[in-house]
Amino acid sequence: MSDTHAQTVPYVRETMLPQQEPPSSQVGAVKWMRENLFNGAISTVLTLLSLAAILFFGYELLPWLANSVWNASSLSECRQILDGATGACWAVIRVNWLQLMFGFYPPELYWRPILAFVMLAVAVAPVLFPSAPRQLLGFSVVYPFIAVWLLWGGPIWGVTVAAMGFVLGYVALRALTSRGLLIQTIAAVAVALIWWLFLAGPVADVLSSALPLAIEPVPSREFGGFMISVVIGVAGIALSLPLGILFALGRQSTMPIIKWISVTFIEFIRGVPLITLLFTASLLLNYFLPPGTNFDLILRVIIMVTLFATAYMAEVIRGGLAALPRGQYEAADALGLDYWKAQRLIIMPQALKISIPGIVNTFIGLFKDTTLVVFIGILDPIGRASAIRATSDWQGVYWELFIFIGAVFWVFCFGMSRYSMHLERRLKTDHR
Amino acid sequence: MAMDSGAPRESFRLSMLLYDSRYRSLTIQIFAFFVLMFGAAWLVYNTKTNLEALGKPFGFDFLWATSGYDIAQRPIEYSSTSTHARAAVVGLLNTLILAVMACATATVLGVAAGVLRLSNNWIISKLMTIYIETFRNVPVLIWIIVVSAVMSESMPAPSAFRGDDPAASMILFDSMAFTNRGVYVPGPLFATDLGAMFGMSDLGTGLNWLLIIAVLAVAFVINKAMLANATKVQNATGTRPVTWWKSLALFLVPLIVVLVALGFHLEYPELRGFNFSGGIQMRNSLLAMWIGLSIYTAAFIAEIVRAGILAISKGQTEAAFALGLQPNRTMRLVILPQALRVIVPPLISQFLNITKNTSLGLAVGYMDLRSTLGGITINQTGRELEGMLLMMLIYLAISLIISTVMNMYNNRVKLKER
Repeated sequence: MSDTHAQTVPYVRETMLPQQEPPSSQVGAVKWMRENLFNGAISTVLTLLSLAAILFFGYELLPWLANSVWNASSLSECRQILDGATGACWAVIRVNWLQLMFGFYPPELYWRPILAFVMLAVAVAPVLFPSAPRQLLGFSVVYPFIAVWLLWGGPIWGVTVAAMGFVLGYVALRALTSRGLLIQTIAAVAVALIWWLFLAGPVADVLSSALPLAIEPVPSREFGGFMISVVIGVAGIALSLPLGILFALGRQSTMPIIKWISVTFIEFIRGVPLITLLFTASLLLNYFLPPGTNFDLILRVIIMVTLFATAYMAEVIRGGLAALPRGQYEAADALGLDYWKAQRLIIMPQALKISIPGIVNTFIGLFKDTTLVVFIGILDPIGRASAIRATSDWQGVYWELFIFIGAVFWVFCFGMSRYSMHLERRLKTDHR
Repeated sequence: MAMDSGAPRESFRLSMLLYDSRYRSLTIQIFAFFVLMFGAAWLVYNTKTNLEALGKPFGFDFLWATSGYDIAQRPIEYSSTSTHARAAVVGLLNTLILAVMACATATVLGVAAGVLRLSNNWIISKLMTIYIETFRNVPVLIWIIVVSAVMSESMPAPSAFRGDDPAASMILFDSMAFTNRGVYVPGPLFATDLGAMFGMSDLGTGLNWLLIIAVLAVAFVINKAMLANATKVQNATGTRPVTWWKSLALFLVPLIVVLVALGFHLEYPELRGFNFSGGIQMRNSLLAMWIGLSIYTAAFIAEIVRAGILAISKGQTEAAFALGLQPNRTMRLVILPQALRVIVPPLISQFLNITKNTSLGLAVGYMDLRSTLGGITINQTGRELEGMLLMMLIYLAISLIISTVMNMYNNRVKLKER
């Protein structure tokens, strides 16, 4: 048998061959490159183009960064140190960075904005992270008043009586619980308005003369730099979300007058550039208010930026409301919940979750739009940069300044977008 | 038989206005209406008192006064002796020119970046990610100012092009010059001016362009009819007649005939004295706005396109492949029509954003609507109220028109759900 076999088949391998290495083109870096960089003609061309671009930028940028000059008092001194070589002159940031941060805020009072920002971190922690202690939420509520007092200074009674308005309104709200929500709301708003319009001023005067607790006041025109961007941005963000929710509900409302007020507001604000609203705040507000009224430019800007962001926020939240299945509304009705309970317990938690990316995008847009205040003479970072570029010492410098300013904005905005992604993952309850 | 609701009819009491949900919404609305009217009346009253105190009447007659200022970039005839209204129109045209240019380039760049970010080429997708994340997280104003600074500080002055051994030279066969005063490109000229021929010379070369557009439009209509006919033939016989050269001829031959008849030629920029003349000067302000807005908005459009393509499930591609469609046809016939439904609505709002962001022209001295009507005119006439009002209404009208037109397009591409 073995003979015949040997005759018909000239050669039969009797031992298993050892396993061979895959061909060199199918392993490691070569395989990865074939699959990810050179898979096809177009891909190869793109890879080569990208490499060329990277090499070009590296060739231009690396010497520029490597020769950075950090100590100089003017651009000409920088150029002297560089001696003809190409190099970045970061000295312009080093010399001016306090101005870029605080504008003309009095240097001996820098501790106040710094303290305000440190406290801001504490105040937003319970809002952003569920692991932060819940008791801090109380601090988040009083923080706006502390921050305003720290930044603008003056007697403590100004912000105290302003806060009192909210407290009185809340007291009125609680006292009338049995009378129904509509009466409660009207009473609370009326009490607060009466307090602010007629009583707050005299009470503050009396209190400050009785107990003069004051820190040095700083006028708004001395604010500037990133401080002003953060102040406007944070105030706009904090105010535009609740207002946006109200307008989104207004637009969804079954009451025609409320609906049309909301639609007109939203569409008007979304139809005009922010810059025209800012000019309205700086040029026209004096026409619209009783003669002699004059209120703070930064406050006006905050109001306008907030209104602008509110319209966009309302549309984003309306999207979330529309994306919610009809059954959720019907289920809330079937449970016998009234409008506000249904909104608070069923609709809003889901609608807001759906619209998180849009909400955060609006926040990011708002924060970037704070740069537009430079047009109405507020010295935000870009305004400071233009002023620095106009001095004889630093004329001709631009990359370093704008890279620095851009990098700071980038950190804030990128951080916000990453946080929104994190939040989406954290709140994800469906199993897709 | 009389219909009877059964329940006894409750007589109306005043408290029902607050506690009965049938009447409460009415109460709230009337209350809101009165608050709104009161607020509006208060504002109007204040404005009236303030205007009277300042001795300013309310009216738009200032628009017909002589403007007295120059505008560097003027698409229509304008001089400092023209009216403020004409200055506003020049500004509006500049706004629209910039908006259209920026929308076009931002869309092209954005689609390219969005598709490339999804590419399976590792390096290009990483580069595009870096581009998108860098540009959309930094304010557009910074990009505009940076481009403007680069243009004006690092480009050679026109004088550098002079002499036997110039420090700088024109590119593309001496047709374009990059200077710190802007980029000079060849401009189209006509030997025959139809406007002058028919006694409508104030239209400029408008009539010539109108003729060219008309010729192209006719060619487009005939082409469409021809393609429809080709489809009919294909349906009847199974073979599609070859049409590409007919289409090409349909567009090119009449166009070339008209252009030759009108004596179309290009005027090249030339160095005369200390500056270039001839051709079209694209000023730094226009370029800075155009490039700045385009690269910034393109980053957003890229993300929109990427989201649109990712929203189409992989099964669609696989189904198309299973039907034997080639990759480019799969993209064109299966993926893109579905992705467009997701892409178009946010794309509309990006176009609106570009249009509104053209008002940042102030930062680099681009004379748009905001800088003419809302800037110099207001400063010269002191009519802030009327000027701002008019400007806001114009911006509002532009926004509404764009969103209406794009919504019509959206209605055409969106899935017809029943």
